[in-house]
Amino acid sequence: MDLLRFLTAGSVDDGKSTLIGRLLYDSKNILIDQLEAIERSSKAKNNGTVDLALLTDGLRAEREQGITIDVAYKYFSTPKRKFIIADAPGHIQYTRNMVTGASNADLIIILVDARNGVVEQTRRHSLIASLLNIPHVVVAINKMDLVNYSEEVYNNIVEDYAKVAQALNLNDVVYVPISALDGDNIVDVSEKIDWYKGSPLLEYLEEVEVKGNHNLVNARFPVQYVIRPQIDELHDYRGYAGKIQSGVYKKGDKVKVFPSGAEAIIKAIELNNKEVDEAYAPQSVVLHLEEDVDISRGDSIVKTDDNLKVSQDIDAIICWMDEKPLTIGSKYFLQHNSKVVPAIVKEIKYKLDVNELKKEYEISSASLNEVVEVKLKTASPLAYDAYNSLRENGGAILIDQTSLVTVAAAMLQ
Amino acid sequence: MSNYQLDYLDQLESEAIHIFREVAGQFERPALLFSGGKDSITLVHLALKAFRPGKFPFPLVHIDTGHNFPEALQFRDELAEKLGEKLIVRNVEDTIKAKHLTEPKGKFASRNQLQTFTLLDTIEEFQFDACIGGARRDEEKARAKERIFSVRDEFGQWDPKLQRPELWNIYNGKIHKGENVRVFPISNWTELDVWNYIRRENIELPSVYFSHEREVLEYQNQLIAISPFIQIDETDTIATRKVRYRTVGDMTCTAAVASEAYSVDDIISEIITSKTSERGETRIDDRVSEAAMEDRKRNGYF
Repeated sequence: MDLLRFLTAGSVDDGKSTLIGRLLYDSKNILIDQLEAIERSSKAKNNGTVDLALLTDGLRAEREQGITIDVAYKYFSTPKRKFIIADAPGHIQYTRNMVTGASNADLIIILVDARNGVVEQTRRHSLIASLLNIPHVVVAINKMDLVNYSEEVYNNIVEDYAKVAQALNLNDVVYVPISALDGDNIVDVSEKIDWYKGSPLLEYLEEVEVKGNHNLVNARFPVQYVIRPQIDELHDYRGYAGKIQSGVYKKGDKVKVFPSGAEAIIKAIELNNKEVDEAYAPQSVVLHLEEDVDISRGDSIVKTDDNLKVSQDIDAIICWMDEKPLTIGSKYFLQHNSKVVPAIVKEIKYKLDVNELKKEYEISSASLNEVVEVKLKTASPLAYDAYNSLRENGGAILIDQTSLVTVAAAMLQ
Repeated sequence: MSNYQLDYLDQLESEAIHIFREVAGQFERPALLFSGGKDSITLVHLALKAFRPGKFPFPLVHIDTGHNFPEALQFRDELAEKLGEKLIVRNVEDTIKAKHLTEPKGKFASRNQLQTFTLLDTIEEFQFDACIGGARRDEEKARAKERIFSVRDEFGQWDPKLQRPELWNIYNGKIHKGENVRVFPISNWTELDVWNYIRRENIELPSVYFSHEREVLEYQNQLIAISPFIQIDETDTIATRKVRYRTVGDMTCTAAVASEAYSVDDIISEIITSKTSERGETRIDDRVSEAAMEDRKRNGYF
């Protein structure tokens, strides 16, 4: 059975949590005690109906305020597929938490309230989907019950969104008219929306192709940890442990170590403590090399028939996630895979205007939730790929050197 | 192998191994919290895959409340010995005496909250900077919110509003002195995933997970094992039933389920058809209030 990781996004009150509640409920993935618990809370709030959103709003503050603050992860499965859902907050102040959920997603569901159409948060979340290169986009036009299931309303929103998708180069976009509250087109085909000829949401989620989401061509292996037992019978054992990010490695392959450039041949590959002839992404393995080369945590083992960028001057598009603004000249730690290097912001090239989806120049700082492209200089060379050509090896984070918190998601260019 | 497609269990396994190795690479003094329950046994199995033929780069640590199932304790000791890995046990009983803590009162009083004091003392004693735990996001709604690397302040507190963004598979384990990180390698696993993995990998478990006869007290539709640690009233009904445990916490706050499951296969069929969740069916401690787990975690509970 395969696995689809998806994210729900959209503005506040567009019904994200309700949609997830409905998906779980209608696909019979809610258990009785959980349902009873939300029935009790719904009654306590005295609104009569069962509030399915309570299933995902797990924090005290979220239930008090009726909003989602942080990503909740939910799990369900159907006979066809296993799903990991990241339920992301809609509030602009929690956009960073939405980016957290988006970074591992194969697919994003962007909810649009049929009464309001495409709004600023729709554009912001679509922009993030585009920057993070999420392979599939579903625009779920929700609350169709509140617009009399109007085909015209639906068509107008599709037309508006198509412009956003075009401006952002989103390729695979699918539209579904739904009512999360009533369950129209979520698991079952809606009789009230008879003009819609596509599949209900769950059917699409079960069938969308996830195979192509892993690159098997360009082999990348960042070293996480060196295993050296240092006992007599394993005196010469030295294994490089890590997760294959992309590609396939075979015994006998010629490889090159970055950033040193040393070349070697793969002597053995261990997968789960057994030797195998080949291994592929995303398996966690241990590599052994014929030659005794100097390799430590943070280095990358790459096949010699391929190349990656090695540089100290790096352009990156970043989503800024801290209250304290990003300014030119500031120093951060940059973490890329298992490597951490100091980095300085040399220049802010432009800021992306979320509403107009265009670039603003002559910017000197970026504040919380803004998207900018910067020029970074790192203290030592970094071996990486451009995010758009190899997502697995093009993402990095910036860490504040004093507060130590993660302050930015960086898509290296 | 030839189509290069990984099954979901292989994906979850690989993700967990990657997390283990990040802990080994990033921290100086990590620990693996090990109770002898199925989730932490699964963690030990994953650690073997992450580090063998090398030794674990951390000790196994158990915070023993003194109310554990003897079967789980025996299993804990035997496994640590078989693997030749270091096991550190610290007892809640000792903390209660040393700090003059008040034991909770009432019908099913549990030492669950007191466990936090011993855990925080142990972290301080050994200067642990990372504690790996077997919590899963499917267990409980507050846990569903937690990051894989979850930073705790010097009081062990979790602040759900101030969690670090966690992007791709990049984990930021940088902390200030006195802080620690709780790490959850099987965050993305469900109860059923754990059991399917136990079946696939042929992992041994303590006998309490399989159906056996036990004297239990029936209380509000829950079956509580008779032990010296619970208060039995005259009106209570005690019966011998065929039961097993879905989770193994303290004898005082973990309920058994009526079951005829004698093998892992039987258990999997039972879970697939079960209409209640693991914690909902078995944990009395979660019923204290709607935010019971969140409140415990805020105070340093693992």
